[in-house]
Amino acid sequence: MGKIKSLEELKQLREQYKSKVDIREKGDQMEKMILVRVAMATCGIASGARDVMDAFIDEVANRKLDNVVVSQTGCMGYCYAEPTVEVTIPGKEPVVFGEVNKDRVKEIVDKYIIHGELLDGIIPVTHKTVDD
Amino acid sequence: MSRYKMHVLVCGGTGCVSSNSIQIVENLKKYLKENGIEDEVQVLKTGCFGFCEKGPIVKILPDNTFYVQVKPEDAEIIVKEHLIKGRKVERLLYKEPNTQTAIDDSKHMDFYKKQMRVALRNCGFIDPDNIEEYIARDGYQALGKALTEMTPEQVIEEVKKSGLRGRGGGGFPTGLKWEFAYKNKSDQKYVVCNADEGDPGAFMDRSILEGDPHSIVEAMAICGYAIGANKGLVYIRAEYPLAVKRLKKAIEDAREYGLLGKNILDTGFDFDIEIKYGAGAFVCGEETALIHSMEGERGEPTTKPPFPAESGYWGKPTNVNNVETFANIPVILLKGADWFSSIGTEKSKGTKVFALAGKINNVGLIEVPMGTTLREVIFDIGGGIKGGKKFKAVQTGGPSGGCLTEKDLDTPIDFDNLVAKGSMMGSGGMIVMDEDDCMPSVAKFYLEFTEDESCGKCTPCRIGTKRLSELLDKITKGQGTMEDLEMLKTLSETIKDTALCGLGQTAPNPVLSTIDTFWDEYVAHVKEHRCPAGQCSALLQYFILEEKCIGCTACSRVCPVGAISGKVKSTHVIDQDKCIKCGACYEKCKFSAIIKK
Repeated sequence: MGKIKSLEELKQLREQYKSKVDIREKGDQMEKMILVRVAMATCGIASGARDVMDAFIDEVANRKLDNVVVSQTGCMGYCYAEPTVEVTIPGKEPVVFGEVNKDRVKEIVDKYIIHGELLDGIIPVTHKTVDD
Repeated sequence: MSRYKMHVLVCGGTGCVSSNSIQIVENLKKYLKENGIEDEVQVLKTGCFGFCEKGPIVKILPDNTFYVQVKPEDAEIIVKEHLIKGRKVERLLYKEPNTQTAIDDSKHMDFYKKQMRVALRNCGFIDPDNIEEYIARDGYQALGKALTEMTPEQVIEEVKKSGLRGRGGGGFPTGLKWEFAYKNKSDQKYVVCNADEGDPGAFMDRSILEGDPHSIVEAMAICGYAIGANKGLVYIRAEYPLAVKRLKKAIEDAREYGLLGKNILDTGFDFDIEIKYGAGAFVCGEETALIHSMEGERGEPTTKPPFPAESGYWGKPTNVNNVETFANIPVILLKGADWFSSIGTEKSKGTKVFALAGKINNVGLIEVPMGTTLREVIFDIGGGIKGGKKFKAVQTGGPSGGCLTEKDLDTPIDFDNLVAKGSMMGSGGMIVMDEDDCMPSVAKFYLEFTEDESCGKCTPCRIGTKRLSELLDKITKGQGTMEDLEMLKTLSETIKDTALCGLGQTAPNPVLSTIDTFWDEYVAHVKEHRCPAGQCSALLQYFILEEKCIGCTACSRVCPVGAISGKVKSTHVIDQDKCIKCGACYEKCKFSAIIKK
């Protein structure tokens, strides 16, 4: 690392390093975040949930969406429709998408996460959690 | 672009390190590798999370899962269950002490809800050894802003306007101090960071240096620019090896990045920092004594004036600030004086870090806005008194402070309110006491400390503290007289008025702040030879209750001096003349047949 020569350069470095701590900064403001949870149990992983999760992470980073957190969860029970992804926009009911693949990731980000429009392939939520 | 999906933060403060947290980091990395996900989960050690009571702490993000009392062998289950399958490890979650319900998100913990972390903003959040993480968190932006967009006068004005006051104990306005140093013209000036944290039970400065060392490096450089100094010195206790190590690394990295050294950010400003080690003398926290110690002289204070701002290190204008004070500076410059002064009370702005210790559920490090009440700190954040006992008093300000009681619980904490109540802010130690603590013994503890730490230069402190601790010793042994109590008061007042420096002037505070409030307790020791809290062993008497004793002989067998007699299956008796009050029988009896009073 060479010496930083100006405030401009320092600011550029800051932008470059931001990604190192952004998961932590988002976690710090979890209540304001759109939460994307990818089901990562055995069935999910076998159907390609890892790739789906990577695709979400890339898509969110490419579009510089600093209000979206991608995280993983256990089996949601919809094993027939894996990989499944649950998206929760603050103040709204969680929506579960089934049979998600890389192309569907783009669609979900474009339509639902950015514009709040619903799209095909939503699995009706059939369960309640202890939090409800 | 980092591919990490999750971050695992492991506390690397001194407390958690001593409970083996470094091994947790190693094990986590090992299991991540074994499961082939070392590129998906980042594991790092951070500074102190503050929740030392339940250390070692492991926090997982982005979901804010907060694991407590984690052992190195728990790393496997964390990796396999949580990091791979997304299932939280229930048994490691923090449990609310009163309801025993597990809390899986640190945002919902009472301990964190009322806190506001300004000085501790990066502690437990970034890797202190990684300058890039500090830069990512707006690190060195305040220095850049000061050097390129502000004149030294504007920097000083901003600090003055913020209302920041010295966090080391004195509470002197920081901006004003900088202005004095700025106005004294000289070819050489110095910036000194006072990291000689000495109050028993206080560890906020250590935690900041361990958890966010760059914030101090940056703030010292800003101060250097403001007052016109190009040399900084950190005076730190040699007993803080981890803080020293991380600070050294921070200084080296800052030099490498060109944020210390010659011509910083191409602005023509030069600044560098050197570390000076203290040997752990309490008096060296006093700024003149500190400067003498740095010069290689004896660590003894001299009278002020001249103030260090006029004639300090090697006779040159020197500005001395405490670690926590410095930690606030970069935030003030970035967010503005108005933002800072919107927090706190009329005369005490911003937040204050406190080290909670003693008979409290959540021992740890907390930061709250000035004006938070003692009740909120002790009962909401601190989780109340251990074992459901009754709150008796809280000692603030270390050996120089005093005790506050039940009636003071709703006082908003700030510099002036604490002084008005007979105590002081000090560096922020808070030792909570319950009904089992004896106040004359507490006063004796602090007086023994100041007696030890007195440098011996002035008579009131050298001899006065010795006499005070002798009197307290007499009282706690039941040999005191009413004249002794009067003597305690007059001697305390005299020392307070005549000692040379802050150490001596405040040394009698533990006596003065307890003798009126707990007068009955002092009198009970003197007149009735009784310790109401049951702590002074010399005044205790052990008795066997006839109705409960079944004559098992366990007590007579354990008694080291043969003071207990009695036949098998008949009531035993303690010979008070022989009893040495060791309490062995009390511990041994399974039938609660032995009482002390």
